[in-house]
Amino acid sequence: MSSFIRWVRQSTFLRETGITFLSISLAFGVGCIILWVAGYSIPAVFANLWKGAFGNRLSIGQTLTKATPIILTSLSFLVAFRSGLFNIGAEGQMYVGAIAAAVVAAQLHLPAVLHAIVSLAAGGLAGAFWGWIPGYLKARRGVNEFVTTMMLSYVAIGLTDFLVAPRGPLHDPKYMANQTARIDLTAMLPRIMKPTQVSWAIVVAGIAVLLVWYYLFRTPSGYELRAVGKSPTAADYGGVRIRRKLILALSLAGVLAGLAGAGEVLGTHFRFVDGFSPGYGWDGIAGGLIARAHPVGAIFAALLMGALRAGGMQVQRSGAAPGDIAAVLQGLVIFFIIAPTLIRMLFRWRRRRAE
Amino acid sequence: MPEYAVEMKGIVKRFPGVTANNGIDFALKRGEIHGLLGENGAGKTVLMSVLYGLYYPDEGEIVINGAPHRRYRPSRAIGLGIGMVHQHFMLVPRLTVAENIMLGQEPTKSGVLLDREAAIRRIETFSKQYGLPIDARARVKQLPVGEQQRVEIIKALYRGADTLILDEPTAVLTEQEVEHLKDALLKLKSEGKSTVLITHKLREAIGMCDRITVLRKGNVIGTVDAKDTSERELAEMMVGRDVVFTVHRSEATGARESAMQVQGIAACDDRGLRILKGIDLDLHRHEVLGIAGVQGNGQAELAEVLTGLRPTTEGRITLGDIDLTGKGARAFIDAGIAHIPADRHLRGLVMDFSLRENAILGRQREKAFSPNPFWQRQSAMTRFARDVIDAYDVKTPSAGTLAKNLSGGNQQRLIIGREVTKAPCVIVAAQPTRGLDVGGIEYVREQLLKMRDQGVAVLLISMDLDEVLMVSDRIAVIFDGRIVAIRDPDSVDRRELGELMLSGSLSEEQPMTETT
Repeated sequence: MSSFIRWVRQSTFLRETGITFLSISLAFGVGCIILWVAGYSIPAVFANLWKGAFGNRLSIGQTLTKATPIILTSLSFLVAFRSGLFNIGAEGQMYVGAIAAAVVAAQLHLPAVLHAIVSLAAGGLAGAFWGWIPGYLKARRGVNEFVTTMMLSYVAIGLTDFLVAPRGPLHDPKYMANQTARIDLTAMLPRIMKPTQVSWAIVVAGIAVLLVWYYLFRTPSGYELRAVGKSPTAADYGGVRIRRKLILALSLAGVLAGLAGAGEVLGTHFRFVDGFSPGYGWDGIAGGLIARAHPVGAIFAALLMGALRAGGMQVQRSGAAPGDIAAVLQGLVIFFIIAPTLIRMLFRWRRRRAE
Repeated sequence: MPEYAVEMKGIVKRFPGVTANNGIDFALKRGEIHGLLGENGAGKTVLMSVLYGLYYPDEGEIVINGAPHRRYRPSRAIGLGIGMVHQHFMLVPRLTVAENIMLGQEPTKSGVLLDREAAIRRIETFSKQYGLPIDARARVKQLPVGEQQRVEIIKALYRGADTLILDEPTAVLTEQEVEHLKDALLKLKSEGKSTVLITHKLREAIGMCDRITVLRKGNVIGTVDAKDTSERELAEMMVGRDVVFTVHRSEATGARESAMQVQGIAACDDRGLRILKGIDLDLHRHEVLGIAGVQGNGQAELAEVLTGLRPTTEGRITLGDIDLTGKGARAFIDAGIAHIPADRHLRGLVMDFSLRENAILGRQREKAFSPNPFWQRQSAMTRFARDVIDAYDVKTPSAGTLAKNLSGGNQQRLIIGREVTKAPCVIVAAQPTRGLDVGGIEYVREQLLKMRDQGVAVLLISMDLDEVLMVSDRIAVIFDGRIVAIRDPDSVDRRELGELMLSGSLSEEQPMTETT
């Protein structure tokens, strides 16, 4: 019994999940206050939020569909985060991955399954390239990755828009919309929860979670990556080639975000559609933080955010409150997740000053 | 007016594991320049930090201008007329000299508007009055170090300091700038200001001060008049003659064949200044080679160069047939060079990793822990960590405990266990006993000797001369980035060693033959 109590006291797992749940509760609490002040019915909003997210088969499908790319972008953020870097550019890496997957899936003609795998790989590779650029700049030139990843996002979004716009090289002439041609049947990720849009992409995301977990915690390279993130000087002492690790971390982050984009193309839209993402890449930043940088946590973080997105739409439809309330809740969750870290940092700073 | 500007009585200041000031009495006369001399870690800076209010003393009393004080903060110290110029300047590089000086005490026009010109005028008055030429309108980042120091001094005067504390002011200065500083201090003295000069340089202490107080290991050894003393006497007071042996060093057995060869190594420090200026060393198996020297003469950089953590600009490092020149830490580790780093928090451990993970830091690519790049054997890691914890007596609740939750001694035991079990051919131990308690110190020293007996070439870098004398089979003295002498610890004269450490050479009055 006493050993159990000690375990409870010392367990980082319990502490981290405890903090997370506390943050989420606080966020919902403050959300309620905002609703109340704004004059909306709290029960109505939450009933609709629930209904939109988990109320029936269709809404669960909505939640899962939206959670799928967020799982991958959360992984993207947290892999870089584990090495001490901020990958703010998952959105752009996702767009690049999506367009690469769409091209391969529509232009190459391969047998089923293989075609899907090759298309996914193309998406991952393109994302990797988009992550490698800021990684290289960071490692060799010391350029702040925060800025480069974010700016490259806008480059990617603009570039893909140009490619699929009318008269752009990848534009599908059959439609006016900014999109590519429909992909081959052989490249499609099959739907697994008809009539919803949930597809094999969610399985791909699940496999990615396992692989990222295995990489970080069960390979020497992952060990080194985490060491760089926790203490670059000690990693240096331990013979880790830090610059290479930083490049690798951002490239891997790019792969994961690229897969998110490929999954959207191959499993949801079956073509690259301009502006297909409502901000899944940005959601990944929040997702990685809510997951407290743990790959398995990314699943739950992504489900939470997928649910908020799906539920928010229902709140909007029902007229209980504007749909933006979901975004407010999401923002509050992030705020309260980050707040303890901030408080701790502040506290440490004060203690250091006192010394 | 009382005779003494400051009297400190029975000051005791303890830190975890070390008593920095052990009942120190210190008196500063009005209008004198008082040198505070001692090796690094003697407690000089701590004592002055207590005076400046940065630390509360655990015991003792401070009398400033006749009024006793016990606990106060730096803001109060400034109000009492005490100013401190730190070793690392506390200036905002992007602001101008005037802006830096008036920071926190800005003169205003009609209550709200900043009166820059008034500040500049006042600063220029000070500058002339005390012979400290500065350009009040220049940006601090564009100034040479010597001028930045003048800015710091004027900043203290601007705030009404009567008593100035200068912490190692000459460490960053060229010889010419040192002369200017000396003139300025004399000018301050003639204006009735009192100055405390913290230093470990004998010549300067004698050349610049009226009286000198020598500290050693947190105790006052004595206060002398500068005109009645000699470098020899001060060196003796600083380094001490009485050696308390806590470890009995047995005679080394086994052939002392050459293990690692260092030829003409030069390297720069973090600021890009040349700090190692041609080091030649030969490390032997079955031997502890101790590096004696005063901190800041290149020891820290030497340890990093010899473990691949700092690039060299000249010279060669070889390990028998293996040429390690220009290689990184990975190559040094693979060649069999173990390293007990001086900073275990920064280098030796990932503080947020568990002991299990820390036990293989640097060894993560070994076949035993990772048979291939896609597999890290968790069971092997756990078993190994437990073995190290048992064999090296690391006191911890479990192998899963985070390194930061261990005491310094236990952290060091883990590092030593990890490095020793590598079965290295060379081990570089930098400050291996710093911050440890007596038991821990003894343990670490015994381990180093044990490794030597097993045939490892041990390089011991330590600021503690007693330790170097106790553990080494051969002593190399480092001064200003060069090895200036090699001595046998059993026959070396302590005073001679002290002089070599402090000035790099022996004064002529003492012939070499006096070494017995």
